[in-house]
Amino acid sequence: MKPMSWLMVLASGALFGFGLALSTMIRPEVVLGFLRFDDFGLLLVLGGAVAVTLLAYRFGPKLLARPLFGTAFGKHPSELNARTIGGAAIFGVGWGISGVCPGPALAGLGAGQWELLISVAGLLAGAWVQGRISAR
Amino acid sequence: MNLDTLFPLGFAHYLAGGLIIGAGISLLFLTTGLIGGTSTVFSSTWSFVSRHAFFQQARLRDSRAWRLVYAAGLILGAAAWWLMAGQDSGYRVSIPWGQLALGGFIAGFGARMSSGCTAGHGICGIGSLQLPSLLAVVTFLATAMITARLVLMVGGS
Repeated sequence: MKPMSWLMVLASGALFGFGLALSTMIRPEVVLGFLRFDDFGLLLVLGGAVAVTLLAYRFGPKLLARPLFGTAFGKHPSELNARTIGGAAIFGVGWGISGVCPGPALAGLGAGQWELLISVAGLLAGAWVQGRISAR
Repeated sequence: MNLDTLFPLGFAHYLAGGLIIGAGISLLFLTTGLIGGTSTVFSSTWSFVSRHAFFQQARLRDSRAWRLVYAAGLILGAAAWWLMAGQDSGYRVSIPWGQLALGGFIAGFGARMSSGCTAGHGICGIGSLQLPSLLAVVTFLATAMITARLVLMVGGS
C-alpha cells in the first residue's frame, strides 16, 4: 500500500469512530434501548451511514478509474448460505446480550469506556474459537 | 406516535453520527478501494501469533496490518469526540461484566462465521445492495431483539 493509503485508513477509521461516539452507539444501554423498542435512533444511524456509503460505492467506480491512492475498488463478499445467515443469528444473540458490536467495542475504548476491554476480549475469543473449528 | 416517542433523546445526533460513519467508510473506499467492515480484525489479528492454517490464510494475513490501523482510527476518532464534547459527562458502562464477556464471545463467533457484523453486512453490505447482507441484517436484528428482551426476563441489565 502507498504511504498515503495508510493515512487514509487511519482517517477513515477516525471518522467512523467519531460518528459512533457522536451517535452514542458506543453506549450499550442506548443500543439495548433500541433493541427493546425504547428509542429508534439506531435506525437513523444505520440509515444515514448506508445512504452515504451507497452513493460512494455506486458512483465512486464510475467517476474514478481507480481509488485515489489504491489500485482497485474492492467488493464486500457476501454469499447467501447457511454460514452467513446462521452466523448472523448467533451474532444477534451476542449483540442482544451485551449491546456491544465490534466497531463500538473498539471506538468506546477511545472515549474512556474501559469496561469495553471485556467486550474486546470476548470478541477476540469468539473469533479465535470460530477460526479453530472452521474449515476455511 | 410522534418524534418524542420514537426518539426520546432527540434525533439530530443519531443522523449526524450516521452520516459521519458513512463518510468514513466512503473515504476508505474512494481513497484505497477497501471495504470497511470492523469484525475481521478480530480474526486477522490472530495471524500475528497463531500458526494455525485458518489464521494464516492470505485474506487475513494480507489485510491484518491495515485492519489494525483502521481499528486504531476508530479509537482515535472516538477519543477526539470525547475530548471535544463528552469527557465531563460522567457516563459509565452499566452493563454487568458477565454480559459484556458472554455477549462479546457469542457476537465474535457469530460475526466471523457470518463474515460480517453491523458494519460489514449492515453498512457495507446493504451499501453495495447485496441481498445476502440484507437478509443477515434482518436475521441478527430479529435474534438481537428477542435476546435483549429475554435478558431482562432473566434479571439481566
